[in-house]
Amino acid sequence: MEALHDKKLKFLEEMANKIRREIIEMLVEAGSGHSAGPLGMADIFSAMYFHVLKHDPQKPNWKDRDRLVLSNGHICPVLYASLANAGYFSVEKLATLRKINSRLQGHPHRGSLPGIETTSGPLGSGLSQAIGMALAARLDNKKYRVYCLASDGEHQEGNFWEAVMFAGKQGSNLNNLTVIVDRNNIQIDGFTEKIMPLESLKDKYEAFKWHVLDVNGHDIEEFVAAVNEARAIYERPTVIIAHTIPGKGVSFMEKDFRWHGKPPTQEEGERALKELRTLGGEIKSEHE
Amino acid sequence: MINPDVKLNKKLFDKRADQKATRDGFGEGLVEAGKIDPAVVALCADVTESTRTEEFSKKFPERFFEMGVAEQNMASVAAGLGVSGKIPYISSYAVFSPGRNYEQIRTTIAYNDSNVKIAGHHAGISTGPDGATHQATEDIAIMRAMPNMKVFVPCDAIEAKKATMAAAKIWGPVYLRFQREKTPIFTTEDTPFSPGNAEIFWQSRSPQVLIIGCGPILYDAIVAAKELDENGIGSIVLNCHTIKPLDEDKIAELAKKCGAVVTVEEHQITGGLGGAVAEALAKNYPAPVEFVGMQDVFGESGTAKELMDKFNLEAKDIKTAVKKVIKRK
Repeated sequence: MEALHDKKLKFLEEMANKIRREIIEMLVEAGSGHSAGPLGMADIFSAMYFHVLKHDPQKPNWKDRDRLVLSNGHICPVLYASLANAGYFSVEKLATLRKINSRLQGHPHRGSLPGIETTSGPLGSGLSQAIGMALAARLDNKKYRVYCLASDGEHQEGNFWEAVMFAGKQGSNLNNLTVIVDRNNIQIDGFTEKIMPLESLKDKYEAFKWHVLDVNGHDIEEFVAAVNEARAIYERPTVIIAHTIPGKGVSFMEKDFRWHGKPPTQEEGERALKELRTLGGEIKSEHE
Repeated sequence: MINPDVKLNKKLFDKRADQKATRDGFGEGLVEAGKIDPAVVALCADVTESTRTEEFSKKFPERFFEMGVAEQNMASVAAGLGVSGKIPYISSYAVFSPGRNYEQIRTTIAYNDSNVKIAGHHAGISTGPDGATHQATEDIAIMRAMPNMKVFVPCDAIEAKKATMAAAKIWGPVYLRFQREKTPIFTTEDTPFSPGNAEIFWQSRSPQVLIIGCGPILYDAIVAAKELDENGIGSIVLNCHTIKPLDEDKIAELAKKCGAVVTVEEHQITGGLGGAVAEALAKNYPAPVEFVGMQDVFGESGTAKELMDKFNLEAKDIKTAVKKVIKRK
């Protein structure tokens, strides 16, 4: 991974903003889908696809590529926008999200689109699949790393903890595995701590013998530093608990769980895009 | 008479003929598959000895993963291995895998088109004293309904070994069904086994009924056919080891020849072999069918023999079904 210069950082931040705008446009066009999660993870996706991952959009099946497994498939608009901007397919295709005969399925499907590592949507089984990929790397003496992006809410699934327990048992054999948890504190029915408390997530992972890092999920510099630390940990797999704001970038969506599973209307979409173009009103002229 | 082309065990009707469980055939087939292809890996959920995964785990320890009692994680870890160039075999009791981990198999193996082989063990009521919680009688139905999935139900230990090895050579998800109890070895190494091709094991001179079976209970179908033949009722017995893709052409052709059909399985008659055959006949050649199998009930504790008797899954019950279906012609 190259060093993160100021210029690169600015590029990543601008890319995150572009991804956010495309998420809004996709959701308005589709008329269904999830808003809060994709917006909240735009900074991390920008950092992953444009800085962290060793990958080649021209060769999506390159055997030595790093793998990004999206466990909470419902935030796929952020994945699709990232893949399109990285060059896996054309950005124009984003408008086909959730439509008939589209390769952009409502939840990601491996084989439908280049760059998608696994089919997901039903929660809690992405980490297991990431573990399988990381074990395959070990068996084949490959150097690629596996990143699993998961939601906080899906930690309520039993399958997730089966996987956490298994990876803890594997120890250094799975030091090529990093989990990134989108800790945005919301799920469909409300706030996670009210629906089914997850805290202390850090203590739970540590009890299962994982290396645990806490970061601000909107601070790309801090996030990239955590990814680098995870690469340096030999003894065990690492989890990066990324604290994010659901709906980040659109004031009327931020921190409101009601935006978990619905798209903006045309009018709401226009308001959201205006806000994103002016960086929340911080700049007068809309930058394009 | 026994179809000479399929080269069955000559001592087939000898009461002292060798017996072996289909799970033993799986264990041997898994080791062989592992020797042939280094991509073969095995995962097991705390039942390594009883699913006969143990031999593989000793021969190839670096390719074996003990998953603990966690069938959901096992299925999806295998899915990850399967999309990364490996050929994973996952083993547990069929009530747990594909029972408990149905959704993981559906999403991460079948829809994801990962190259995973699912071995469901201790299937059927002959699992015995453990009771209905441990007797899978719905697994064929669950797996047959899943797009991308292939389903094999071998009839004896030799065929189980062949099916296990064949699965490694077929791309994509495969379900393999095995049983716990020792059952007659009535095929031989020379008996043909080709996925998707049902084989005639018994053929009378003038058959009046087609008996289609899968799994070890097929042996009872042959015993029934022989006894019926001695009483002047001719039949054809078809070994339908592949439930999916079903050999529809052969089933239709033979149903046409016989005019009536009996299906035989150690599984619910709904959705299993019986259901599959009824669907195929409705499409291609409607004919009366009688179903020998579990009649929408759960099993219970008992010895295998006691249970097969109580739930009407013996040769005598197959004969009754044959007589009944002939009357319906």
